[in-house]
Amino acid sequence: MTQPVSPPRSSTDKIPSTAQPPAWRGVLARADVRTLSLLGVLAALIVVGGITKPDEFLDTRNLQLVLTQGSVIGVVTVGMTFVIMSGGIDLSVGAIVALASVWATTVATQEYGFAGILFTAVLVGVGCGLVNGLLIAYGGMVPFIATLAMLASARGLALQITDGATQVVTIDSVLDLGERDAYILGIPPLVLVFAVVTIIGWLILNRTTFGRRTVAVGGNAEAARLAGIDVRRQRLYLYLLSGLCCGIAAFLLIILSGSGQNTNGNLYELDAIAAAIIGGTLLSGGRGTIVGSVLGVLIFTTITNIFALNNLQSDVQQIAKGAIIVAAVLVQRRTASTT
Amino acid sequence: MPESTPFTSRRGLFFGTAAVGAGVMLSGCTSNKSDDEPASNDQPAAADTPGKAVTIGFAGPQADHGWLNAINDNAKSRAKKYSDVTLEITEGSNDTAAQIGQIETLINKKVDVLVILPADGKALTQVGLKAMRAGIPVVNLDRIFNTPQAYRCWIGGDNYGMGLNAGHYIGEQLKDVDDAKVIELAGLDNLELTKQRTQGFDDALKNYPNIKKVARQAAEFTVESGQAKMAQLLQAQSDFDALWNHDDDQGVGALRAIEQAGRDDFLMVGGAGALSAFQAIKQDNGVLKATVLYPPTMAASAIDLARALGQAKGVSGLAEFEIPSSLTLYSAVVDKTNIDQYMPTGFK
Repeated sequence: MTQPVSPPRSSTDKIPSTAQPPAWRGVLARADVRTLSLLGVLAALIVVGGITKPDEFLDTRNLQLVLTQGSVIGVVTVGMTFVIMSGGIDLSVGAIVALASVWATTVATQEYGFAGILFTAVLVGVGCGLVNGLLIAYGGMVPFIATLAMLASARGLALQITDGATQVVTIDSVLDLGERDAYILGIPPLVLVFAVVTIIGWLILNRTTFGRRTVAVGGNAEAARLAGIDVRRQRLYLYLLSGLCCGIAAFLLIILSGSGQNTNGNLYELDAIAAAIIGGTLLSGGRGTIVGSVLGVLIFTTITNIFALNNLQSDVQQIAKGAIIVAAVLVQRRTASTT
Repeated sequence: MPESTPFTSRRGLFFGTAAVGAGVMLSGCTSNKSDDEPASNDQPAAADTPGKAVTIGFAGPQADHGWLNAINDNAKSRAKKYSDVTLEITEGSNDTAAQIGQIETLINKKVDVLVILPADGKALTQVGLKAMRAGIPVVNLDRIFNTPQAYRCWIGGDNYGMGLNAGHYIGEQLKDVDDAKVIELAGLDNLELTKQRTQGFDDALKNYPNIKKVARQAAEFTVESGQAKMAQLLQAQSDFDALWNHDDDQGVGALRAIEQAGRDDFLMVGGAGALSAFQAIKQDNGVLKATVLYPPTMAASAIDLARALGQAKGVSGLAEFEIPSSLTLYSAVVDKTNIDQYMPTGFK
């Protein structure tokens, strides 16, 4: 490819007529109104948390807590964003996290220590992603069906490995990464991994041909094929990438919970898709941002945190969560259409 | 066409080989050896002397967590103890339709007695009725059918009693503390049993005017949710005296969160009776001081009752000629003082 594919937003949105109102509006529009409205929602939540529980909410420990709790699903969401942008879907992420986390915490794996656990978690994730990718790209299966099948079998295999038991991790070097005062470069290790994955994801999407190809495949697969993109191989790589993210997330979850269980990653697929959609990723593909998805994750984790601090019960939490999803999407629509 | 398969190059071959090699290595890593038999009180419900041969059909849900797994193990090992009992056990299923099918197969096989732990009590009532009408007595295990017509005998745990006993234990421990604060980490709020446990807990705490429940959050019976919700609770409550956690599985996560927050200024009571909780109570070097049982040994007792039904006997030690129609098990509190007695019943 000699010409870069046109940036994501302009491929689906109306092309704004040039030289319109004040310059600052143009700057804002370029920074993506959706992202800005998400920041607005997050800021509003922080105000709510700060007013209702000033001492507990506005606390560095609480900031660490929110970021740490969000890191596992955050890493999954970065991978999911790529897949959705390419017009696909990965329903198997939660099951892959579960399988990777139990495979990496069996008695046999733990004998290999830190490296064994990390290696197994990542490899199981990539392996499942490879199967998904091959089935979808070369087997001609619809992503919804192929990953649904993976969801079922990965959960089944996870159950077979554990027999329903909780596998407690006894490797100190793994557990230490999840302790209260574990910091790498002044940042809790899980948060650091989340940040690094986010930055790498952003770079891949915005600064590499791989990212542009992903957008192109999602925008119009046939046009992408005619433009010389190997669409099938691109799809394979995308599901591999999602699997890799699940493997990393599984390792983070092992650190966080100090164990592996076949119930891990319950409904991650829905959480990750919801976060990506709130973040402005188009379910039909062709548009989306990593920053938006990560903000989506942070909004969800912050909501959970505020609710827990205020001792609201699950029924209220669920109702409010649904309402906030609708509100966030509507606000985005509004702001996007008025600019 | 630029579409070439990615595995034809030398690089592809290298990665392919590496992947296969890694796969072979990985497959060696799935083993979790365990061969312990579950233990229970060895006193049988009916007389131990061999009698008429009885075939017992057993249908339960998919053993997707430690407690259900222990239910299956208890039933199997109890049946093995009796030379006159043959156990027909079905593949566990959480799908209502599948479980109905399995039970109908057992009815068609004309087993003498059925032991049924339904995936969903209400949804399986009809098949319970069907078995009873076919002349096969049903022992309904734990999750209760809609109508007593669908079973001859119900045996199960006491969710309300679990909360009650946890509340009383905590109440006694904090008797001398003024303005004591208690928090509750509940199980899945969608389930009625969670409401019953909470109700029992609240009712018990009413006996102790010096104690106030200051916070409650519901987890999902999983380690992951236990860690997440406990971490939030600890952030919300900088100072409290006791915690009741409904379930020892999610307790693994809760204990992890407590350790991560560096907190040890309160006492914790668990629920269900997992081996890991028993071990922590015995070691007595953390916050976990006790757990209230929801004993999986009820499956062994269900086999006893089914055998007694098949042989038309009563329960030894009771005056009646027939077994009772309903048995609610006591939710014992296990702490340092009686831990050794219960240790063998702990499930993984």
